Amino acid sequence: MIELLDPTSERQPGHRPRAARPASLDGLTIGLLDIAKARGDIFLDRVAEQLTARGLRVVRFRKPTYTKPAPADLRVEIRTHCDAVIEALAD
Amino acid sequence: MRVLVYINSAQRRPRVLRTLGRVSLPEGLVCFVKADCPTCQMVQPVLRQLAAVDAALTVYTQDDPTFPAGTAPVDDTLLEVSYRQRIEIVPTLLRVVGGKPVERLEGWDRREWERLTGINGLGDGLPAFRPGCGSRTLDIGMPEILAMRYDGSRIRSRRIELGAQEDEVEATFARGWSDGLPLVPPTPPRVLRMLEGTSRDPQDVVAVVPPDLVECTVEKVAVNAVMAGCRPEYLPVVLAAVEAACTEAFNIHGILATTYFVGPVVIVNGPIAREIGMNSGINALGQGNRANATIGRALQLVIRNVGGGRPGEIDRATLGNPGKYTFCFAEAEDTSPWESLSVERGLPPGTSAVTLFAGSGVQPFFDQLARTPEALARSLAACLRVVGHPKWGLAWDALCVISPEHGRVFREAGWSKARLRDELGSILTFPGAEMVKGAGGIAEGMPELAVGATVAKFRPGGLLFAHAGGTAGLFSAIIAGWVSGPAGTEPVTQEIRR
Repeated sequence: MIELLDPTSERQPGHRPRAARPASLDGLTIGLLDIAKARGDIFLDRVAEQLTARGLRVVRFRKPTYTKPAPADLRVEIRTHCDAVIEALAD
Repeated sequence: MRVLVYINSAQRRPRVLRTLGRVSLPEGLVCFVKADCPTCQMVQPVLRQLAAVDAALTVYTQDDPTFPAGTAPVDDTLLEVSYRQRIEIVPTLLRVVGGKPVERLEGWDRREWERLTGINGLGDGLPAFRPGCGSRTLDIGMPEILAMRYDGSRIRSRRIELGAQEDEVEATFARGWSDGLPLVPPTPPRVLRMLEGTSRDPQDVVAVVPPDLVECTVEKVAVNAVMAGCRPEYLPVVLAAVEAACTEAFNIHGILATTYFVGPVVIVNGPIAREIGMNSGINALGQGNRANATIGRALQLVIRNVGGGRPGEIDRATLGNPGKYTFCFAEAEDTSPWESLSVERGLPPGTSAVTLFAGSGVQPFFDQLARTPEALARSLAACLRVVGHPKWGLAWDALCVISPEHGRVFREAGWSKARLRDELGSILTFPGAEMVKGAGGIAEGMPELAVGATVAKFRPGGLLFAHAGGTAGLFSAIIAGWVSGPAGTEPVTQEIRR
């Protein structure tokens, strides 16, 4: 783990802000990321059904294993193809 | 305060007195050794000899706690005492008075050891001289480990943990710390190493930095100096530059906030310039020298990160200028026809100093034909007239960087800096009628009330000179300023404290 010292006046929070949320899902492509935990696919199947019914485009992704962070290639692929992503944490 | 007394079991006498994190040494003679060093092995009989004559010798051993036998060595395998005493070579022999070393010898030199100990006949049969080995404190990676182990609490900046997959250079961009170029990630060991460059306490406040008016400590300057790529020995120059920039007179807030081109230009005088390898010669105002490049950059990063001065926010420059990345150079004092800039501005010769000038980029001054100072002065004046605008006087200062070949013309004619300034002042005085709005078919110009007056191009003290550059080239540089005087900026000279 790399640790850096903050060069600023420390008036802003040290954490990076989250990416801006879309104001509306209309016309967006939504990625559904299955982290490969049990029954995550069932949850995401249902989410996909509902999003598709609303006329949204859905692209499915799956991590090789839930025990490790998503591989860099997968993250790039999601970023390239999707406007937003829903990640399923299931059990 | 916690006082710990370490007792050496063999002699039952206090060996190390530790107060407020500092280690005082035992009185008398102190020697640092390691068993892995052939010279330390060789001087074992000498150390035993010194221990035997009750010369109050204390031996600190860096690797084998039993070495050297017969001297009751103190275990310094954790290297705390060696680190705090900045031991670089073993053996190092110290004479300690009042807990502090007053003399230091590195390696073995019989004559010197006899002088320091006051004991003759040391090391019979040994060669007269043998260099030592590197201290374990300097093993690869060890300085960082020791700095964190023994000095980690000196730094107080917020620690930001990066994600396991986060690239540390990309992380500095993502957090908005960069001026657009890559930064050296400011890890705690790097910052601790940077702080070695100054004797000042890391928590000393250097300045209140605009635009957010934040108290900036030595430590925060060090963090930004690391990011800029500075070496520790540059830090005193950066500290002085930050101090000078944040004075009321220099007005870095205005320099930052204006729509004009301007940014801080740092001119370094005195012995420190040579000591840290600054460039005052070929391409002195250009790229390629680490000290020149990173000192100016560190100042700008402090303004950005500590002061909160970022382009598009408080920095409203219409165009800016490339010197806003960094603009720092040393004056070539040795070859100058004149007293240096800092001496002219009141500091004693031999004093290291920075002078900050609010500069708006470099305008070339070309004259390859003038062989008399009069002709060269007239030529320079013609180019100086356009600083800001040829129909404006008393509005901007200018810094002339006179090159060696132009400087030679003035030196050979015996023209002092004051003489040149006077001559330029006479030439650069114009009838107000030429300068007012509309005159010459140019809308821009001075207010109507200048019509009946004569107008000087520069205010008194508004024309500065420094000497720098390569030895070939009949060119000098004009660095145009910004709104001058109390309404804008004054050049500021600041002594560099180590």
